[in-house]
Amino acid sequence: MALKMVKGSIDRMFDKNLQDLVRGIRNHKEDEAKYISQCIDEIKQELKQDNIAVKANAVCKLTYLQMLGYDISWAAFNIIEVMSASKFTFKRIGYLAASQCFHEGTDVIMLTTNQIRKDLSSPNQYDTGVALTGLSCFVTPDLARDLANDIMTLMSHTKPYIRKKAVLIMYKVFLKYPESLRPAFPRLKEKLEDPDPGVQSAAVNVICELARRNPKNYLSLAPLFFKLMTSSTNNWVLIKIIKLASILLFFGALTPLEPRLGKKLIEPLTNLIHSTSAMSLLYECVNTVIAVLISLSSGMPNHSASIQLCVQKLRILIEDSDQNLKYLGLLAMSKILKTHPKSVQSHKDLILQCLDDKDESIRLRALDLLYGMVSKKNLMEIVKKLMIHVDKAEGTTYRDELLTKIIDICSQSNYQYITNFEWYISILVELTRLEGTRHGHLIAAQMLDVAIRVKAIRKFAVSQMAMLLDNAHLIASNTQRNGICEVLYAAAWICGEFSEHLEEANQTLEAMLRPKVTTLPGHIQAVYVQNMVKLYASILQQKEQAGEKEAAQEITQLMIERLPQFVQSADLEVQERASCILQLIKYIQKLQAKEVPVAEEVIALFAGELNPVAPKAQKKVPVPEGLDLDAWINEPPSDSESEDEKPKTIFHEEEQRHSRHRQPEIDEEELARRREARKQEQANNPFYIKSSPSPQKRYQDTPGVEHIPVVQIDLSVPLKVPGMPMSDQYVKLEEERRHKQKLEKDKKKKKQKKEKRGKHHRHNSLHTESEEDIAPAHHVDIITEEMPENALPSDEDDKDPNDPYKALDIDLDKPLADSEKLPVQRHRNVETLKSPDSEVPLVEKKSKKPKKKEKKHKDKERDKGKKKEKEKK
Amino acid sequence: IHFILLFSRQGKLRLQKWYTTLPDKEKKKIIREIIQIILSRNQKTSSFVDWKDLKLVYKRYASLYFCCAIEDQDNELLTLEVVHRYVELLDRYFGNVCELDIIFNFEKAYFILDEFIIGGEVQETSKKTAVKAMEDSDMLQETVEEYMNKPAF
Repeated sequence: MALKMVKGSIDRMFDKNLQDLVRGIRNHKEDEAKYISQCIDEIKQELKQDNIAVKANAVCKLTYLQMLGYDISWAAFNIIEVMSASKFTFKRIGYLAASQCFHEGTDVIMLTTNQIRKDLSSPNQYDTGVALTGLSCFVTPDLARDLANDIMTLMSHTKPYIRKKAVLIMYKVFLKYPESLRPAFPRLKEKLEDPDPGVQSAAVNVICELARRNPKNYLSLAPLFFKLMTSSTNNWVLIKIIKLASILLFFGALTPLEPRLGKKLIEPLTNLIHSTSAMSLLYECVNTVIAVLISLSSGMPNHSASIQLCVQKLRILIEDSDQNLKYLGLLAMSKILKTHPKSVQSHKDLILQCLDDKDESIRLRALDLLYGMVSKKNLMEIVKKLMIHVDKAEGTTYRDELLTKIIDICSQSNYQYITNFEWYISILVELTRLEGTRHGHLIAAQMLDVAIRVKAIRKFAVSQMAMLLDNAHLIASNTQRNGICEVLYAAAWICGEFSEHLEEANQTLEAMLRPKVTTLPGHIQAVYVQNMVKLYASILQQKEQAGEKEAAQEITQLMIERLPQFVQSADLEVQERASCILQLIKYIQKLQAKEVPVAEEVIALFAGELNPVAPKAQKKVPVPEGLDLDAWINEPPSDSESEDEKPKTIFHEEEQRHSRHRQPEIDEEELARRREARKQEQANNPFYIKSSPSPQKRYQDTPGVEHIPVVQIDLSVPLKVPGMPMSDQYVKLEEERRHKQKLEKDKKKKKQKKEKRGKHHRHNSLHTESEEDIAPAHHVDIITEEMPENALPSDEDDKDPNDPYKALDIDLDKPLADSEKLPVQRHRNVETLKSPDSEVPLVEKKSKKPKKKEKKHKDKERDKGKKKEKEKK
Repeated sequence: IHFILLFSRQGKLRLQKWYTTLPDKEKKKIIREIIQIILSRNQKTSSFVDWKDLKLVYKRYASLYFCCAIEDQDNELLTLEVVHRYVELLDRYFGNVCELDIIFNFEKAYFILDEFIIGGEVQETSKKTAVKAMEDSDMLQETVEEYMNKPAF
């Protein structure tokens, strides 16, 4: 560029100031990078000049480039040069550049200590201000240590402008140099009652931030804050105080230190809620009241009035047309929900309305709320609404979210709210029609879980699954590579495992043997193969008992014909299982040819009941006394065997099968040994759930499934087409049923009571029955997941050892020790050179201050005089 | 407040202020990510986004987005007020502020921000005081500039 030609001339260099640079960049849109590298070259030239004005201009331009994303760390030293300029204009630019690009790793930062100290004690308040502002951005532990004392002195500066900045920066200093907290704290506390509102708010801010991390050290301040809260009128400060109050309170409630605080708080807060027009303050108050009530929910009799007030106000927020308020209203509502679900439930209409909102984030919040709002009564209704949304939803992420929420809602706390599992299964089946969902495995897991744990539903589940298998092509074809085919995994397993419930086993078997199956993912094919044999075994038994030998041989023949397609599979697992089974069946065929009855032996392969095992069961097995896990493996303690063989998941049936037979005996043995010693412990252990050989199982046998009237289902529900929305019919059915039940109940109240007692008995190991007792449609045995004897309590949450705020956990009420005083460094300024020694103790320094201030004043007046003169010129 | 970003509708960054120190690379990555998140949001949606363990609060004024990252416990509405107050301050200082004012006087925009917020905390809640501090320090600067513009060399 032409400019380069005259680089000797300072005047010309001045021409290209920041504005020119910005304009230049805007005019060179196509070759921006080239233009900028040109500019950087110019800037480098400028930085070599002696004139500070040129340098400052260059640094200013660099700062702009830095924002655009260019690296300017090479100019760090020049920035410091500009920082140390005596003119405020340049100093300001220098500090700005430093605050934008310096960080802890910048090595030249240590050169700035003295410069900053000089600026901090400058007679000009704006010099001090700019230094403080800059410091707030790039303070390092070293800087914090060296300057802590200077900043602390500034906290009692005469100008509120400096005071408030110093107070705020102290927070940064505390973070970098925690040792400074104790010596500085008394002064910080003083500032809470500073006459200037700005300083006061700064102090509140800092203490609030400090208390948030380590509340227990600040409990003693509670009365002071309480006073401020009732007297302050500044909304900004009020919000911070209220926030702090809630923090203190939350902590205070856990310790018996300030039990009255919460009660005291409620009143002024409710007053504020009534009176304020500022939404942000209202929101903060409501949040705090919620926090108060949560923390006091046990200790306080009733505050339904304040809860009601909160819920009302939140309703106003949610009904507001402003999306932000709506969002926050829902957010706060979900907090109330945790402790006072009843008061939120009455606003169900509003929340369902929010599901129709255009804003996805609001819909998601509403979904969260719904999760907590379901009860036995409204579950079906809510899920029905959600299903409608699933159909309408555009965008797979939101639909997937809906799907998981539906499943979460239904399965929460051990299926507590489901009264009709047939309905649930049909919901799950309907969900399989979703295209492109990633959550096939989730649906599959639910199907398996329900089928295994709810015995009464197995027959229905099997018939539904058989239909799924029959229509597998629908699922598998339109969802290539999509997760939904995972449900076939569940379907195949359920049909196989519970094949005794299958009505047309032949048809299902054929469906599983279709050539199309080989296009499914390997792990699903493997399950198919495994479960075919189960099916085959049960068909064989059926036929043999009926004496239809030919039919039995036919089915064997079918297997032998179709299995080779799996033997050729590329998937190892499929291949291995298929070839094993093929050989087995060929052997069976031979036996059949000799007219030997084989069914009993084949079925024996799959005898026994599979019980669900809690997901963390293995982890919770306690290490028995005397067992050294690191000991040699070939001389193990006697009881290690059973633990090693406990299957990890319910899916690994292979593993499970061979352990199945042995397990009970060893369990008995172990139980006998441990029971006496640990009975007491178990009784007190909330995580302990009784395992299968408990009295619970006996209930299943004696009163039995037959004993309880099972609603006739097959009449009204068409079971033909899968994917037909059937769950709606269940809703109707359920309503009728409940209605009938109610009538019955009215008639024979006495009888009902007895039944109820019986029911209580049955369920007491799971959960306490809710007040609204809607008797489930089926007798539902929710089998609890097996847990090892004497399960350990769940793992504690480890605290993050790297928490940067941990260092600030300091007891502030202890008196200061001499060793803790802030290091006072040698001042190289002219002013302080008079102090004789580098180690000036704190007290001495204070006494000297008035003198300094006087001097400053004089300086300032002189300065002003100068300025005026200049202006006159 | 962890940081404040100003960017245009085209995704061009106009101002960035960090109250936590991070390496440059990290900053760039975060900026890119956040701009993308916010620009992709519908106009009718709420102004709050959960992002990692922070919350983003943003608001659009004309063609500029103002975005703050706050902590979980902070008050979102208050942050919106902070943003609004900053815009008011800019407005007062520049007199009907527009994007170009901020582009061409970016250092001024920073100075105003510094008068308003220090280290991620609001320092001055009064508009009057903040603008006055700004004008005073400008006075100081202008006199110096005048002096500089008549150089002795």
